Amino acid sequence: MSIDLLEGSGAAPPRDNGELVFSEPWQARAFGLAADLVDGGHFTWDEFREHLIEAIAGWETASGSGGAIEPWDYYRCWLAALERAVAERDLINGDAVADRAAAYAARPAGHDH
Amino acid sequence: MHDDHGHGHGHHHDHHDASSPEVRVEALEDLLVERGLADRERIDATTQRFEHDIGPMIGARLVAEAWADAGLRRRLLTDADAVVADMDIRGAEIEHIEVKANEPGVHNVVVCTLCSCYPWALLGLPPNWYKSPEYRARVVREPRRVLAEMGLELDAETEVRVWDSSSETRFLVLPERPAGTEGWPTERLAELVTRDSMIGVARVTDPGGQ
Repeated sequence: MSIDLLEGSGAAPPRDNGELVFSEPWQARAFGLAADLVDGGHFTWDEFREHLIEAIAGWETASGSGGAIEPWDYYRCWLAALERAVAERDLINGDAVADRAAAYAARPAGHDH
Repeated sequence: MHDDHGHGHGHHHDHHDASSPEVRVEALEDLLVERGLADRERIDATTQRFEHDIGPMIGARLVAEAWADAGLRRRLLTDADAVVADMDIRGAEIEHIEVKANEPGVHNVVVCTLCSCYPWALLGLPPNWYKSPEYRARVVREPRRVLAEMGLELDAETEVRVWDSSSETRFLVLPERPAGTEGWPTERLAELVTRDSMIGVARVTDPGGQ
């Protein structure tokens, strides 16, 4: 992770009582994207929060029932909430997101834009 | 951070399949930006603000000033929103904040049982443990035990009040001022105040050590 390279240098990101605010770049993007859509009036924090509660509850239900699921990851729930909020408000069609994600996933390894 | 090619992520692509969060976020961001619904520079500014400028030091300053000024303390406990507005704290306008004071015999602790509501403007984004399913479920059920596990032992006589945050109300704990700090300037007091003490899972430590 590029963050490790910055450790110990003056450029290291600040820690919040010993913890990075975002541990992966995508988490920061997902956070900032939700905040920007709220600022732009595309949905409200309350709507977003309902989706977040649902995403977290979904993970907890799956976890409680012993089904094989992914380990707890708060920002994955955040991203799921963001996708639901975007879909519910018809900002971007779900298929368009899936197509774009598939196209990006098909890029050659090491492709560095 | 921002380049014409259109990717503000600043990271190199490893193998990520289409269902990985990295790829999903990138696809979503690019589509929203292309349609003019989101703005990459604003997103950069927001994330940087939360990484660099907003954090527990803002709440710590508020606590230190309340310790030093009984009138401010009273206002903070009855109308925190007005105090926060007077102090020109950015981002606070979207949150209704209530401050709960610890005192002998009463200890307050904050949780968000359903998700992760937290006083962003005063403390920044919540730590991972605050968002964890375990803390959210257990601190309501057995607060004394959870606090002990986190290193905070409370007397049996001390009443523990657990405050469940919501989208309407965010809570901040006003910790007890440690002895031996009489006459300290607020800047020095603020340095003692930790994030955890304002969530209510720690005390503010005596300057001389306990």
